Amino acid sequence: MAVGEVMRMEIPSGGDMSVTSPELHVLAVDDSIVDRKVIERLLRISACKVTTVESGARALQYLGLDGDKGASGLKDLKVNLIVTDYSMPGLTGYDLLKKIKESSVFREIPVVIMSSENILPRIEQCLREGAEDFLLKPVKLADVKRIKELIMRNEAEDCKTLSHSNKRKLAEYIDDAPSPSPSPSSSTHDDSSAKDFPSSKQMKSADEKFSSLL
Amino acid sequence: MDTLVAQLQRQFRDYTISLSPGFFGFLDDQFTELKKLQDECSPDFVAEVVSLFFEDCEKLIGNMARALDQTGNVDFSLVGSSVHQLKGSSSSVGAKRVKGLCVTFKECCDSQNFEGCVRCLQQVDIEYKSLKAKLQDLFNLEQQIVQAGGRIPQVDI
Repeated sequence: MAVGEVMRMEIPSGGDMSVTSPELHVLAVDDSIVDRKVIERLLRISACKVTTVESGARALQYLGLDGDKGASGLKDLKVNLIVTDYSMPGLTGYDLLKKIKESSVFREIPVVIMSSENILPRIEQCLREGAEDFLLKPVKLADVKRIKELIMRNEAEDCKTLSHSNKRKLAEYIDDAPSPSPSPSSSTHDDSSAKDFPSSKQMKSADEKFSSLL
Repeated sequence: MDTLVAQLQRQFRDYTISLSPGFFGFLDDQFTELKKLQDECSPDFVAEVVSLFFEDCEKLIGNMARALDQTGNVDFSLVGSSVHQLKGSSSSVGAKRVKGLCVTFKECCDSQNFEGCVRCLQQVDIEYKSLKAKLQDLFNLEQQIVQAGGRIPQVDI
């Protein structure tokens, strides 16, 4: 699948279009062509946008973490979840996990590890390094549904925290009408220019985050 | 008197069951999982995946054969890594017998048992080709049912 290729959203046969939850964009990493085909289908049938790559190195390249261009954080590349095989030649899934968690731009992206081997120390090692979950292969539809729900729930909580903090900021701004006081926020971007009206700027950042989820 | 469609559907059902773990054990429940992923938008999904799998078998078996052919200088870890990959993909498509053979094969690699490896290689080659023929028969039956105007029955393995 080419980078930036537009995904056709599958319309459920029940015709219920009233729920407009934002689609997750998942980056799936696996050296097996069979497994890539299966995971891609599992994710698409679960209403996710999917990009598959065949190695950890290609994954880093896709994210812009390979040192060539530096982390670009392009909005149309925004990845909401990374699912990676553990045993791959070159960079293992564990190595990839570490690199992502070391990146200030991408460390918030949840990473799920897949493996055909049920090795407890390996699972523990991955969870300690910050993996969101560990899936035993062969991966089934129920596994993907579960992961998706987990990720969507986390994203919804992030948005709720964001919108609550912005309602508070807006209220403060209205109260302090003549000279708005810059108040630091923990949940929005680390943009700390005190000259601007922080509330409206933070509201705009929140909008950007919302639209990038869609 | 049975209609053609009913006859074909029964044949299909019986054939699928014969492949299941309770009978000849060619396939396991992962094959049913793959069928869940097939729909009007992706009507040939299962056929596409198994086709990729058989191409993968050919490639990996070729690698193993080449590695085992290095008389006196066999790299068993290389053979083992190909076996590991084959085990993974056979597991993903529900190819139960191929997967089972890979377990034995891996043990032969780990203990550097050359004769054992050669035997396993031969068996794996026969096995994936048998499965390929079986699945081709199954897909042909599906086609015949559809052409006769019938619906393909859901048969869980």
